[in-house]
Amino acid sequence: MSATKNNWQPRSPVNYSTRVDKVGTSARTARSIRIVLAFVLAGVMLIPVFWLGLTSFKSRSDAIAVPPKVLNFQPTLEGFVNLLTDRSVLNARRLELMKERTDLNWYEEIALSNGQQITGASQFVGRLRNSVIIAGTSTILAVILGLLAAYSFSRFKVPGESDWLFFILSTRMLPPVVVTIPIFLMYRQLGLHDTHLGLILLYTVFNLSLTVWLLKGFLDEIPREYEEAAMVDGYTRLQAFRKVVLPQAVTGIAATTVFSLIFAWNEYAFALMLTTERARTAPPTIPTILGRGGIEWSAIAAGSLGFLIPVVIVTFVLRKHLLRGVTFGAIRQ
Amino acid sequence: MTAFPADSTGRQSQRQISDRAIKWIFITPTLILLILLNIFPLFYSLYLSFTDFSAITKEAPVWVGFANFGKLLNDPQMWKYFATTGRFAFLSVGLQTLIGFGMALILREKFNGSGIVTTLILIPMMLSPVVVGLFWKLIYNPSFGIFNYLLGYSSPVGAPDWLASGSLALWAVVITDVWMWSPFVMLLCLSGLNAIPDYLYEAAAIDRASSWFQFRRITLPQVMPLLLIAVLFRTIEAFKSFDLVMGMTGGGPGDATELVAVNLYRMAFQGQWRTGQASALAYIILIVIIAISNVYIRNLNKIREG
Repeated sequence: MSATKNNWQPRSPVNYSTRVDKVGTSARTARSIRIVLAFVLAGVMLIPVFWLGLTSFKSRSDAIAVPPKVLNFQPTLEGFVNLLTDRSVLNARRLELMKERTDLNWYEEIALSNGQQITGASQFVGRLRNSVIIAGTSTILAVILGLLAAYSFSRFKVPGESDWLFFILSTRMLPPVVVTIPIFLMYRQLGLHDTHLGLILLYTVFNLSLTVWLLKGFLDEIPREYEEAAMVDGYTRLQAFRKVVLPQAVTGIAATTVFSLIFAWNEYAFALMLTTERARTAPPTIPTILGRGGIEWSAIAAGSLGFLIPVVIVTFVLRKHLLRGVTFGAIRQ
Repeated sequence: MTAFPADSTGRQSQRQISDRAIKWIFITPTLILLILLNIFPLFYSLYLSFTDFSAITKEAPVWVGFANFGKLLNDPQMWKYFATTGRFAFLSVGLQTLIGFGMALILREKFNGSGIVTTLILIPMMLSPVVVGLFWKLIYNPSFGIFNYLLGYSSPVGAPDWLASGSLALWAVVITDVWMWSPFVMLLCLSGLNAIPDYLYEAAAIDRASSWFQFRRITLPQVMPLLLIAVLFRTIEAFKSFDLVMGMTGGGPGDATELVAVNLYRMAFQGQWRTGQASALAYIILIVIIAISNVYIRNLNKIREG
């Protein structure tokens, strides 16, 4: 008995902050299993996104090969070129003429290899531009208006405060179609149907729900005493807001801006029902990308990938604030 | 001595007036926008729900009382759409809860790179639902999609055609929805798990409590409030599901994935333009959503108190 006791050595130095149930072999094995599982999980979750990425670099025929080609294909930018340009098919004589030319760009070469000539930028380019304009403008408006309103809600007594805050949130709780029916009729009366302004206004209101709630949460966390001290020192309320509160809230404002941008960028239902041509954004356009003679999957994948990449980047930038953003500030970490 | 307090109260009252002004200047633009584009439209469509209005005719709306509601509630087809939506909500929220909670249990302990792994898993929920629906359509494709391939079908012969089969299409939508939103449940559960104080587990370990006991008596009750919030959010979202289904199936095949929000869209816009009836349906959906939220909130409060 005593021999075994003498031979016993601690496996690692005893660390008194370690939880008692977290030492020993079984706990460690469990931990390694968990880590492996976590990586496997992340891999499985990302398969669809990988598949999308792969498809966007395939040629038209590789994209619909049976069985699916995973890595054994020649990557090409054909999907992207087809997405962003309009092309016409060349007849044999003009094809010969085009092949003799030496002043072609790389994207013209790609089109030529499929026997096509680029005739101009595609509709999708304009739709993407609409998306940028509408998402950008509505986000700026929603953040500015939301910041001011959130400051009022946070620092002053507003009559009917909880009712207003509830109404602000209600747009989010309803299916978009419910909101769209009356808005559609109103917009038609006012001539706002299929205009940038109409969609910008609607997205601003839609995003106000997010910005007011999120920013109110962020502002509530800044102690009032800071502004009060500044005001005792002779600042006016506006000066205190600008020089004391705003610098403190910068992170919160940045996170809110990005969330609002993502929502406006991803929005589909309103754009589908309230626009037809001039102001239509990218999300309702992507499903309608069609090539000659059937769905052109590599172009669709290219469009989707280009559309998703900004969101993926932003997700990484925002990772500390995700919880707050997706629950409208209801839950803070 | 007398000058100072007088000056001070003077500034005080002046500041209060300007505070009041600032309060209203700051808040008015938001309130005006809300009234114009949120509150007014809601009342407008409430009015429309009692009329036979159609947005493509030039005729003025005619008051029909509760006829629209009666017609909708007596339509077996409508009940079927609600049943489909309910089934979709139950299946997808149920699976999301299980999978999301499981993922949170795996990821709760920090390790090197756990932040990156967690963020990678969270990517799906940030994506545009209609684009997600669309590229899952590619994944489900019976001949060149990767889904069947990964399931072990090496050739399209005999492999299930997920989106063309009446019995599988809803499952296909559920699987995609689960892929997209389990991370959301995971995120909320993680925050709940991280908030559990270590000493509870230490005390349990000293008492030699089994890990099942620890899970049932410590982990589960402590995470429950946040888990219920996640379920509430997801249930409401499931009832308003539109983008994903539009991207994947558009309600088909037949009406296998015709959720109420999709049907509402069809009724209000695509070809039919039955604006009055669609408004009535919109209000029915609204009432269902409010009812669900109420049940949840009541349970949530009970759990918080108990």
